[in-house]
Amino acid sequence: MTRRSLWLKIISAAVLFGAWQIAGMIPVSYAFPTFFESMAALFRMAADGTLLTAYVETLRPLVVGVGISAFLGIGLGLWIGLSARFDWLFSPIFIVMQAAPLAALIPLLVMAYGIGLTSKVFVVCIMAMPVIVLNTASAVRNTPASLKEMGRSFLASDTMIMLRIIIPAASPVIFSGLRLGVSAGFIGAILAELKITPTGVGDIITYSRSIADYPAMYAAIFSIILLAVLFLNFLERLEVYLFEGNVRGYASD
Amino acid sequence: MVMPQIKEAVNVPDMPQSDNAVVARGISKTYGEVEALRDLSLEFPRGQLTSLLGPSGCGKTTLLKIIAGLLKPNSGEIEVNGKPVKGPGPDRAFVFQDFALMPWANVLRNVAFGLELRGVATSEREAIAEKYIAEVGLAGFEKSYPHQLSGGMRQRVGLARALSVDADVLLMDEPFSAVDEQTRRKFQEDLLNLVQHENKTFIFVTHSIEEAVYVSDQIAILLPRPSRVSEIIRPTDLRHKNVDNIRRDPEYLDIVDSIWASLRSYVE
Repeated sequence: MTRRSLWLKIISAAVLFGAWQIAGMIPVSYAFPTFFESMAALFRMAADGTLLTAYVETLRPLVVGVGISAFLGIGLGLWIGLSARFDWLFSPIFIVMQAAPLAALIPLLVMAYGIGLTSKVFVVCIMAMPVIVLNTASAVRNTPASLKEMGRSFLASDTMIMLRIIIPAASPVIFSGLRLGVSAGFIGAILAELKITPTGVGDIITYSRSIADYPAMYAAIFSIILLAVLFLNFLERLEVYLFEGNVRGYASD
Repeated sequence: MVMPQIKEAVNVPDMPQSDNAVVARGISKTYGEVEALRDLSLEFPRGQLTSLLGPSGCGKTTLLKIIAGLLKPNSGEIEVNGKPVKGPGPDRAFVFQDFALMPWANVLRNVAFGLELRGVATSEREAIAEKYIAEVGLAGFEKSYPHQLSGGMRQRVGLARALSVDADVLLMDEPFSAVDEQTRRKFQEDLLNLVQHENKTFIFVTHSIEEAVYVSDQIAILLPRPSRVSEIIRPTDLRHKNVDNIRRDPEYLDIVDSIWASLRSYVE
């Protein structure tokens, strides 16, 4: 089973990269390099350290933003899910946040918080937090009533019901919110670097495009997607480790 | 904190009404406008199985949850072992209609969960859980997860969980209604064994007349609008007959018929 899904993954990657290679060779556009050109640029940048310094810069707002979004998001989500009053108070904020055209709001953030780390962290949080909060809240609200009743009838305190029943029961939806939130956070981090100040990976993308070094530009984009996928895989592993019985198989198993 | 009271109760020599493990007195319960129970009184003899039988909407599950302490009655009082019920207690264990198993926990942890919540040490509670898992016939499935089990096996897990906390009173809310007919028959036979060998009081909610007559020492027939106990039937003679022949015993058939006669007008 695992072997077969591994093969399927390899085949799926090969098909994608093959299509990329062919599209680049036709070429679809002068600005679209082939897969191998991009990979060569990727290895060149990895070897001379450009990529490493860029990621040190990019990962800072990303890690801080995703960290804040995850902890605060799950916390607020639990709170909103447990109390109707906080639902009324907070849910609209996150629904608005989720629907807001972020790119248009970035100038406002820059005016308020400058062009430094704070603004970028805000962009990541605005992208990542709403889906984490809203997913957590709805998961908590939908905890099966009979499980909570079971806890009470076997003498669980409210804290125990919260920690040993509500959170584990909500975990599949919380984790799916985390996965969506983290991917949105990656988008936010790059968006911030493109729209606020060109630093890190965003800088590589902007700079390479301005000097028409398209392989380097696509290599940078490819590397951030790769990182996001690796991180999502890590999240799934974490979920399997924590709540094994909840997991009925993932595409990435 | 409540412990001293238990001692007192033990010291008192044979109280006259101590034959009843559970007593319900004048229980009324309304949900908003809907009157679920009105002034219901019922006694549940110790060591016996009492069924609550009636058409849907007659408040039998409500009564069971009030006995469990999960719902508060608007008026009236439940006594378990002579002490009034204020909430869920260690003297009662619940078996749920939809099993209420935790999907993220394996069979062993699910069965041991009641003990886990009571703060029993891991090795001790797992030893107890393993004993009851074997008793309900699930040995070898300790590490399985609920979604890997059939409906009947899941309810056995629910039953093992209720048995493992060693409560005096077992409250069962239509425990077999979600399992198939053959499994159900096996369950009913096992339940008769359980009543005989475990020194516990069983309160059993069902909507199946045959099931109630087959397993019960006492059947309380509840009727709706307003909900009340309309009749108490004790198929005492049946309990001394051979289990294998009950279903074709004339007395069994007569009781089933007479219960149906009194219920039929309430079933639309």
